[in-house]
Amino acid sequence: MHTIRQIVGLVKKDLMLEWRQKYTFYGLLLYAASTVFVMYMLLHQPADKVWNALFWITLLFISVNAVAKSFLQETAGRMLFYHQLCSPEVFMIGKMLYHVLLMAFMSVVCWLLYLWFLGNPLIKLGYFVGICLLGGSSLGIAFSLLAAVASRAGQSAALMAILGFPIMIPLLLLLTRVSQVAFQEVYQPGLTKMFWMLGSLDVFIVALSLILYPFLWKN
Amino acid sequence: MKTYWWKALCVVLLLYTLIAGLLMPVPAKDILNETIRNLHFHVPMWFTMIILFGISCVSSIQYLSSGRLQKDIVAVQSANVGLLFGILGLITGAIWANYTWGAPWSDDIKQLCTAIALLMYFAYFVLRNSFTDLDKRARVSAVYNIFAFAMLFPLLFIIPRMTDSLHPGNGGNPAFSQYDLDNELRKVFYPAVIAWMLLGLWITEIRIRMRMLELKSLLS
Repeated sequence: MHTIRQIVGLVKKDLMLEWRQKYTFYGLLLYAASTVFVMYMLLHQPADKVWNALFWITLLFISVNAVAKSFLQETAGRMLFYHQLCSPEVFMIGKMLYHVLLMAFMSVVCWLLYLWFLGNPLIKLGYFVGICLLGGSSLGIAFSLLAAVASRAGQSAALMAILGFPIMIPLLLLLTRVSQVAFQEVYQPGLTKMFWMLGSLDVFIVALSLILYPFLWKN
Repeated sequence: MKTYWWKALCVVLLLYTLIAGLLMPVPAKDILNETIRNLHFHVPMWFTMIILFGISCVSSIQYLSSGRLQKDIVAVQSANVGLLFGILGLITGAIWANYTWGAPWSDDIKQLCTAIALLMYFAYFVLRNSFTDLDKRARVSAVYNIFAFAMLFPLLFIIPRMTDSLHPGNGGNPAFSQYDLDNELRKVFYPAVIAWMLLGLWITEIRIRMRMLELKSLLS
């Protein structure tokens, strides 16, 4: 009970910080909007496959920025403060939950922007939104530990991209495969298997992050 | 002398691999023809790479639990040599593919996954070099090393099985065991695997000893 209250407190604190320092959040929204606008200027109405690939790449870049920002705003002094308040696992779970919320919101925003600018090739809207929420939160979870590693090295976005992109490829491959069904009536063999793989990959990453994060925290 | 026996074994087996692997009779198959000999040079590279990355991951875990810098040196050097074997495996595969698939690089999922795996370990070295503090470098890079090795498994063992591939053993293509009806290839293949693994361990051992000496002179 106590740990749950701690986790809720941490997530609430992150959300409150977001509300009070709105400029970083608006910065993120503007980042998404201008990325999608650049895509629109270059491609106008792309083919289904291109639309799908571009969507996940955009989400990948948004998640790098969103997650890096949340870890970078924690100064060394504040980390010491958290250290006295809660265990590293609780801190990591709190961060991950916050990233899931943030990325779920950002992926819906990204999806709306894509519909607005690049046209709507989707035939299963609800299905795609579901995949989108799942994919966005998976990316948020997967980048959490990498953001902690990169923030330890003192430099964020560039290092995070180097560390993260190769690791995200299995995730992105699965997501593009799964979301293909939303574009046309195709028979996709092994769809449920892919969902299981996606879910188990997420659980695996969460477990690994919780095991490894305490070692990163020590100074 | 007794500690050198495996090095002698390595040299003998390597000589045997080179001579027998290139001269022994092989099953003559369409398209493959003599390129089947690449089995003795290409496949052991991957075994060695996985073993060395595994050693690297285990030493990283040991470093995190003990905090001894020696373990960090073992982790780095085995990752280093593992990377070398990975690159060699990619090159031998590309040469083979040039004669059998018609192009050195054909976007086959196996090739792509290998490239991704190598990128992950290159990132490990970039991460290491971004620190100046020895202990901090060792700890943070150990965390990333364990994470990367764990993520290697979905990459090497799950994704390639999801899609079709031209690679022997995938997508309905026979693996070497189906070609090898009279066990002719096995006589060379198994010694070759042991030989290349021993060579990898040997190189790693020398590099570790070099770094240990450097560390000793640094700390004294």
